[in-house]
Amino acid sequence: MSIDRAHADHAHEHPTWKQYKWVALWLFLITVVEVWAYYIPAFVASKAFVPVLLLMSAVKFTMVVMFYMHLKYDHQLFRKLFVGPLIIAGATLVAFLFLFKG
Amino acid sequence: MTTATTATAGAHEAHEHTHYTTTGLDNKKIAIWAFIGSECMLFGSLISTYLVYKGRSVVGPFPHEAWTSPTGQVFKPILDIPVTSASTFVLLMSSLFMVLALAAVENKGKPGYEGRLGSSKFWLLATALAGATFLGFQAYEFTSFVHEGLTIKTNLFGSSFFTLTGFHGTHVAVGVLWLMTLLFIDMKRGLGPTDAIIVDICALYWHFVDVVWIVIFTLVYLIQ
Amino acid sequence: MASSAATPTHAHAASYSSEQSGLWSWLTTVDHKRIGILYLYTALFYLLVGGLEATLIRTQLAKPNLSIVSADFYNQLFTMHGTTMVFLVVMPLSAAFFNYLIPLQIGARDVAFPRLNAFSYWVYALGGLFITLPIFWGLAPDGGWFGYAPLSGPTYGGGYNMDFWVIGLQILGISSLAAAFNFITTIINMRAPGMTLMRMPMFTWMSFVVQFLVILAFPVITAALFFLQFDRFFGTQFYEVAAGGDPLLWQHLFWVFGHPEVYILILPAFGLVSEVLPTHSRKPLFGYNVMVYSGIMIGFLGFGVWAHHMFAVGMGPVADSMFSVATMLIGLPTGVKIFNWIATMYGGSLRFPTSMKFAIGLIAMFTIGGISGVMHSSPPSALQQTDTYFIVAHFHYVLYGGAMMGIFAGIYHYFPKMTGRFMSERLGSWQFWLNFVGLNLTFFPMHFSGMLGMPRRIYTYDAGQGWDLFNMMSTVGTYMLLVAGLIFAYNFFSSKKNGAPAGSDSWGAPTLEWSIPSPPPEYNFAQIPEVTSRYPMWDLKAPDRMAGIEHSHPDAGVIAEAHAVPMHEETERRTASELGISMPFNTIKPFLVALGIIIMLSGLIVLHVGNFPLAMGVMLGGGAFMVGSLYAWLTSPLE
Repeated sequence: MSIDRAHADHAHEHPTWKQYKWVALWLFLITVVEVWAYYIPAFVASKAFVPVLLLMSAVKFTMVVMFYMHLKYDHQLFRKLFVGPLIIAGATLVAFLFLFKG
Repeated sequence: MTTATTATAGAHEAHEHTHYTTTGLDNKKIAIWAFIGSECMLFGSLISTYLVYKGRSVVGPFPHEAWTSPTGQVFKPILDIPVTSASTFVLLMSSLFMVLALAAVENKGKPGYEGRLGSSKFWLLATALAGATFLGFQAYEFTSFVHEGLTIKTNLFGSSFFTLTGFHGTHVAVGVLWLMTLLFIDMKRGLGPTDAIIVDICALYWHFVDVVWIVIFTLVYLIQ
Repeated sequence: MASSAATPTHAHAASYSSEQSGLWSWLTTVDHKRIGILYLYTALFYLLVGGLEATLIRTQLAKPNLSIVSADFYNQLFTMHGTTMVFLVVMPLSAAFFNYLIPLQIGARDVAFPRLNAFSYWVYALGGLFITLPIFWGLAPDGGWFGYAPLSGPTYGGGYNMDFWVIGLQILGISSLAAAFNFITTIINMRAPGMTLMRMPMFTWMSFVVQFLVILAFPVITAALFFLQFDRFFGTQFYEVAAGGDPLLWQHLFWVFGHPEVYILILPAFGLVSEVLPTHSRKPLFGYNVMVYSGIMIGFLGFGVWAHHMFAVGMGPVADSMFSVATMLIGLPTGVKIFNWIATMYGGSLRFPTSMKFAIGLIAMFTIGGISGVMHSSPPSALQQTDTYFIVAHFHYVLYGGAMMGIFAGIYHYFPKMTGRFMSERLGSWQFWLNFVGLNLTFFPMHFSGMLGMPRRIYTYDAGQGWDLFNMMSTVGTYMLLVAGLIFAYNFFSSKKNGAPAGSDSWGAPTLEWSIPSPPPEYNFAQIPEVTSRYPMWDLKAPDRMAGIEHSHPDAGVIAEAHAVPMHEETERRTASELGISMPFNTIKPFLVALGIIIMLSGLIVLHVGNFPLAMGVMLGGGAFMVGSLYAWLTSPLE
């Protein structure tokens, strides 16, 4: 829990235009693959469908958060402020799915 | 590192009337991240509810399956994947526009930057328009669902679907309003590096709304 | 603000910040101390309201088969008693201390967002009226403070009563959330140089944890309330069992919020007690680090125990066991705190002013409530105890014996700082002992009536079930508590006028807030202090107690340099403008935004009445008013 004045500087370390463009391209491509997968009945029926889709979604999520929201470059503090609640929200969601399964 | 820190602290003080902050970070940015953390729980609850109620509706229409009503009326699966894929794409691209708007504001006045990357006004407008387009898609989606017989009152799916996506749409609408406000300020007096923080917090909000949609798109639309 | 016409305040002249007085100055204030005082007065008013509700409940239950109030009104009474005490009393009393103390304890001139702070208060004040006033028309919420759906939904609760509850809670949530973002930012970013996290006073630490609980728990109740609102006003089916809705959805969502809420209520009191005990034991807090970690641990585990409120609904053995184990686990960090407080007192040279009595009272009473809590962490016991007076006994021991005792300790401790005068110790002692006896007389017998099967929330009962004596005891105890409350009120207001003058360091306490005059000037610190240890004031005044405490400055343990701790009594009697300190402007806009929100949401009630055009008018008008005021606020400079 050390919050100090280090890393206060962020403007200079932001990713560049090139990175932004690549991230956008990946976001687009993954979305295309997601929708494509949706239209393959055999794949939809398989056990791999849900995990694969969740994984792709998680990758997109992480990319936006890391690059567009600058969490990869910004102060540690922001990462803590975001990831902490995210974990609690995720755990609560999983608990709900479990509790309401029966 | 030391020089960099001092430099930012200096710029920061000029902006914030020499107010000292413990971390050297801007208060607004800490607050918006705390807010985003809080929003994780809000959308977590909405999504949980949607998933818990998935498949529990006693009458149709349903998201992914066709349904024949007791009176013999046939409803097709209601979710329209092609249209939503298009709106998803628009929202994803709006995030790209947003980072470019922020970069343009942060680098305003640097030699050669605007010519290469476009002005902050352009990108702010592009982001707002993309957001408005997304809202247009959503309005189309909602009205066509109502025409097909699914309202917020029809069944559990209708209630939880319209509430979840409606909340997201409201967030987008607030974001569009926010972007338009920034655009207005930019046109009136110009946004420069010292204003980067007010664009930054709007950008963080906007991207968060985008990542929420990434999750909704997968969990609500694609997974059956 | 800060007109230079101000006269220097004397330490004992109870004027809160220089020239400020009159209604308008209170409506427009952005000073965290004045907002803290607004919170304090408002919450104490609601304490009276909630207390009177409790008195009526207990009067109705004094003997079998009474009908002092109607059954219908009784439902409103117990619902509003719970809602009032949780949302309008204990949380805002804590907020009063957050506001008043956090900036002082961390060496800041104000909170991070002074206007947002005013906004939080006004949303709370107006929202409180919104939810409280309907009782005068017999329209108060009547579905329990937990508003279990579908009972609170349109099918079984179709009147206006629960409308006020659903909307009112939503409004109060906005207040708590806005305040929480503000305090998180304040604590992270407004600490004076040298005030590292592990040097923060324990109250600030516990408040820090609480703010995170608020931002994570309140969105969940917000979502649950939205579903209920939509069910009630727009015909959705979230909680409609006939449509396949699960009655447990509300319960789960509510308790995901509700259990962290319990810690939101108790941790600030723990923090206050952790300030009082070291001061009057004249000994550093025992195990500071462990106290911090146990607080964080309580906060974190608090999100994993919610379903222990629901053991009776049949979640199955796996879920029951997991929540049971997690609940027993959370007893550990709580127990650690109890032991640390006792160890703080052990070997200290103790004084027993009223604040200390209340602090020790908290340790004892909370332990009783904590232990009965561990009892129903076991599902088989919980099945016996659920919905009986045993539960009522349990949570009143933790909330009255815990939270309220801690808050009274805090009020007696910090009253001199806020007003420059001491409260009467003689009356304080009377209040404490009456409180102590009254609370045990009220709540201890409830363990027995509960074990004998008396259900919660019943309107009346037949004689001959073995409950009569216990109920009479509880009622007599409640009247004692009422008398204690009146003594407190008298003490509070008379001491404000005539109390003995208290210097800046009224109790010989160790933390920064005691280094400035009482009441503090509007800018708090003429010079932002530089902090070199956890107990800067003891560095100066009692270095002998500081043997085991780390310092960042090699000599600071013995000699505090002139700049290290401001003891600049004289400088700090000057006004902000004399010192060249820029203070935020007063502004009415946060109040207007709050008002806009209330008007907008009131439109839902009109909608329920059935006047659609008027409802839309009120909602759109209120919404436009809110947005307009918000823009006016955001585009006007802070200072």
